[in-house]
Amino acid sequence: MPLQSRHLLGLDGMPRQDLQLILDTAVSFREVLERPIKKVPPLQGKTIANMFFENSTRTRLSFELAERRLSADVLGFQSTGSSVSKGETLKDTARNIEAMKVDMVVMRHFASGAPHYLSTVIEGHVINAGDGSHEHPTQALLDMYTIREKLGRLEDLHVCIVGDIAHSRVARSNIYGLRTMGARVSVCGPATMIPREIERMGVEVHHHLDDVLPHVDVLNVLRIQLERDAGRLFPSIREYHAMYGITRARLEKAGRAVTIMHPGPINRDVELSSDVADGEHSVILQQVLNGVAVRMAVLYLLSSK
Amino acid sequence: MRRLKAQIMDTVGVDRTLTRLAHEILERNKGAESIVIVGIRTRGEFLAERIARKIEETERVELKIGFLDITLYRDDLLGKLEQPQLKSTEILFNINGKNVILIDDVLYTGRTIRAALDALIDFGRPRTIQLAVLVDRGHRQLPIRADYVGKNIPTTADESIRVHVREADGEDAVLLMNPEEPDPCPPDHTV
Repeated sequence: MPLQSRHLLGLDGMPRQDLQLILDTAVSFREVLERPIKKVPPLQGKTIANMFFENSTRTRLSFELAERRLSADVLGFQSTGSSVSKGETLKDTARNIEAMKVDMVVMRHFASGAPHYLSTVIEGHVINAGDGSHEHPTQALLDMYTIREKLGRLEDLHVCIVGDIAHSRVARSNIYGLRTMGARVSVCGPATMIPREIERMGVEVHHHLDDVLPHVDVLNVLRIQLERDAGRLFPSIREYHAMYGITRARLEKAGRAVTIMHPGPINRDVELSSDVADGEHSVILQQVLNGVAVRMAVLYLLSSK
Repeated sequence: MRRLKAQIMDTVGVDRTLTRLAHEILERNKGAESIVIVGIRTRGEFLAERIARKIEETERVELKIGFLDITLYRDDLLGKLEQPQLKSTEILFNINGKNVILIDDVLYTGRTIRAALDALIDFGRPRTIQLAVLVDRGHRQLPIRADYVGKNIPTTADESIRVHVREADGEDAVLLMNPEEPDPCPPDHTV
């Protein structure tokens, strides 16, 4: 069974068998990453452009590594210092890159919906590497992969996403994907960070971390985006840490071995204390490694359509 | 649809052939000391397990056995409309300096073996790679030959060979099938 779509724009509406196929395919690529030579040839001769209109280190490196490990040719593009700063439109930029015979475009953009728009104006495959506060599908896929690797399944697990849900594309993609796979999902954060009517996405809403902690299997801790002026959403960083920071004491009180995830980069001792981030239940570095395998799976599955 | 032309081997025939292959492998390598077994998924993996067991019984040793999925190394990937399902590769030992016995069910164009050789080389530098197949049906498109052949079966290019193994198909058999015929009664009655 192939994937239904020729692009990966988001997990909203993606059928369960497609999610399953990507996660299963990623298992094979995870094995490739353990080999002495971590490179396989299926995308030989394909060219992939990474168009990043917003700062990113780990996602860009992870995609680039995934592309190279599949033997694709890789074009890098960053908006700073490019024609974008000269006023070129997204459409023109993309069409110019495509005119150089590019097969796939991986795009990160500050505007929600930019990759969807791109998929209507170019011929190649488009992969969303994060658009505004909308979706970040490959991050959610690697989160799901990591949960499945650690706990053996997704069905009926309780995953709680903590932090700024309203501005988080990671949260949104995780909610779509996890709900489709049959997980129970809750969100937890101050009221200023929880969008109204988010219950309609099939999640539970909590404002008190200690109420929900004793019932969760996985905590996905979001980064407080200080650079996006998150400061106006809560009184102080100290208060945020006191209310929503994940600490060892808090987890011990909940009396449960909770798997800890974080999409990175971590603000240590703000949303996550150092002893938890580096503790035995943390899978944060596995997430990074699995990210390469999951992105290889997505690129491989889309490449032939 | 393909009709059966002839049954070439049954359960007993397959077993005898695998026993002979196991002995030939031991004879050529002067024992089991330096060898490791690698089966190509899917049918080759079951044949590899059986040959390994026969060698182990004869020599009273424990053999290292691995499985190779060659999908990512195929030369026809880019022409395909959908990507074939990946299966897992498990080679959890060092192949450097070993004599690798590569096992598959049918040797035909040689393209699978070419892909398998590329895949194996990515795992290290074996001393030798030797190829064992249950059936060689001819029609090679690449300069590849087998070191151990269960049976040579001359075929025409439009015939096909089906190998059934107990583990995947419920029985052991090698079947020669006639050329493809159009289905006389297609399900949607459009022809």
